Amino acid sequence: MGKTVKKFMEGNDAMVAGAIAAGARFFAGYPISPSSEVAKGAAKELPRHGGIYIQMEDELSSMAALCGASLAGKKAFTATSGPGFSLMQENLGLAVMSELPCVVYDVQRSGPSTGAATKPAQGDLMQAKYGTHGDHSIIALAPSSVQDCYDLSITAFNLAEKYRTPVIFLADEVIGHLRATVSIREPEPGEIINRKAPAPGTTQKDFRPYDYSGNMPAPMVGVGDRNLLMRTTGSTHDEKGEFRPTPENIDRVTHYLMSKIEDHVDDITITREYKMEDADTVLISFGCSVRSSMSAVDLLRKEGVKAGMLELVTVWPMPEKQIRKALQQAKNVVVVELNMGQLAGEVRKYNDYGCNVIQANRTDGVLITPKQVVDALKGGMK
Amino acid sequence: MKSYKDYMLFDKLPQTWCAGCSHGIVLQSIAAVMAELDVDKHDMALVSGIGCFGRVDDYLDINCMHVTHGRALAAATGVALGNPNLHVLCTMGDGDGTTIGGNHLIHAARRNINVTAIISNNYNYGQTGGQYSATTPTHSITQTSPYGHIEDNFDICKLAIAAGASYVGRATAYNPVMIRKLIKEGMQVKGFSLIEVMSACPTHYGKFNKLGEAARMLKLMNEQSVTVAQAAKMSPEELKGKLVVGVLKNEPRDDYYTEYARIIEAQRIE
Ligand SMILES: Cc1ncc(C[n+]2csc(CCOP(=O)(O)OP(=O)(O)O)c2C)c(N)n1
Ligand code: SF4
Ligand SMILES: [Mg+2]
Repeated sequence: MGKTVKKFMEGNDAMVAGAIAAGARFFAGYPISPSSEVAKGAAKELPRHGGIYIQMEDELSSMAALCGASLAGKKAFTATSGPGFSLMQENLGLAVMSELPCVVYDVQRSGPSTGAATKPAQGDLMQAKYGTHGDHSIIALAPSSVQDCYDLSITAFNLAEKYRTPVIFLADEVIGHLRATVSIREPEPGEIINRKAPAPGTTQKDFRPYDYSGNMPAPMVGVGDRNLLMRTTGSTHDEKGEFRPTPENIDRVTHYLMSKIEDHVDDITITREYKMEDADTVLISFGCSVRSSMSAVDLLRKEGVKAGMLELVTVWPMPEKQIRKALQQAKNVVVVELNMGQLAGEVRKYNDYGCNVIQANRTDGVLITPKQVVDALKGGMK
Repeated sequence: MKSYKDYMLFDKLPQTWCAGCSHGIVLQSIAAVMAELDVDKHDMALVSGIGCFGRVDDYLDINCMHVTHGRALAAATGVALGNPNLHVLCTMGDGDGTTIGGNHLIHAARRNINVTAIISNNYNYGQTGGQYSATTPTHSITQTSPYGHIEDNFDICKLAIAAGASYVGRATAYNPVMIRKLIKEGMQVKGFSLIEVMSACPTHYGKFNKLGEAARMLKLMNEQSVTVAQAAKMSPEELKGKLVVGVLKNEPRDDYYTEYARIIEAQRIE
């Protein structure tokens, strides 16, 4: 077991601590509430660990710099919120296409546009996956506690490195600014995943920085490797990283970008259950709304309703199996989220079981209350 | 002695560029400078943006990163800070580097990121059919200024000098010897260097403005050129419409990484 210390801290600070514990040594970002404390923490902590903080001129450049630093071999991260996350989308696609691992912390706030800055919301669920153009898959994790901000940061970097992909850390204002005592556990060396390197002795002639034959990314080297040259591009490319826009190549690249994540959904999925054993009424939620949902389950249980909760920690790829199980098990499912029903739409996609899917939404910049969840259930219950 | 050929990939030839396009001259110059300096390929990284010139990476046998339109310098910033031992080249068109990406240009210069930026300025967006860019001369014709361009244009070198670049130079595609000299000096400066190469896009800009064949465009450019020494003796009136070529600024100072490394050294606990 690694060394553990207890620290009272806020979510945004726990994200920085988790990123550094995961091995992150590069941050490029542009301050925006409610994520600014991540930048503040990164500026303070990174040089202490030999890393670099740079405040870029905007979020377009921040995301591009992340791609550059990742290619140079660094574990890199940025932190932003709504407007900034929108600006990052094009170069998020660059990271997807070039397969450059990195972690993007999105501490969600109300929108669209400046919205009710900087009140909490969970309106970026769809943007996290569909924000950049073109078909691809992505990994997104949603923390529901300050402890998650630390622990899941390590998971996020590990997944980014393993699958050579950007990972979205889909936090929100509530969790980012929540304060709690966190166990800061130093990870064991074996717990940290680093991008796969080519086998020793690989020659340039044999080296392929991309592999479209299966569903796992090719090994890569950082730019500056003594033996191998790297080549990446946001254009559709072949195994060598050279532009190849033939119909066959475009097709296999698109399919690969989907399957390298979708085929590993079991490895990537993290869900949690609360009082689910005998539940016939299931709340499905993620992020800050999980906290209201848990209390709602307790309130309902007191009233004799057999309620339970399914928490989606991994929100992309969507945990289809777990959602289907809940839909099969329950008569009523309530999807609890701080948006107009983005997750509810996903849950309905899987509802082949005639389950009654109810929405509990709040979009006025305030965390949904347990009572509102209960009322939503009662209003829509069959 | 190494040759420029040692740094190039030949299986992609012929190039995608039009006959007479100046981008190939810049490509050859970059490869020739690497040969002259005898640099290890593994120490070279080239970041390029989107545009006709952006395709320069296709032909170079070094580390290459081809990114999005306008963001090459931002990505190059990440590469240069991610591995400070590299020589980072950043190749951009005038649209890429000074129009959509103009903000990154001034900030990379101001921060003095250790990158050699090479902008091939053909006064228009060649790739997309010859629309106007931030460097299109006033009154000239492009696909999207059919009645004459009404905007004033950027002087890229003045912009970079004002923003704080360590080294700034300009050459025309007529004079590859000067291009090589400037790129070589720029690469040897630790900090932000910018080399502007005036280049010809005969297919669009040349055609729209009835400048004739590529050879004539290059000759015209050369006739417009005055050296820094000549320019010093000329009045602003006389300098109108001229291209001042040569080294326009050479004032190295500590680059961003060197400064940041001092912070790391002072604060390091691990
Ligand atoms: C975000 C974005 N906007 C627009 C484009 C379309 N586009 C591609 S290249 C280009 C202009 C290139 O001009 P320049 O940088 O001067 O290079 P040249 O083709 O002249 O060498 C444009 C507008 C794009 N690829 N991406
Ligand atoms: S369109 Fe212009 S810039 Fe593009 S390759 Fe042709 S001549 Fe060169
Ligand atoms: Mg151009």
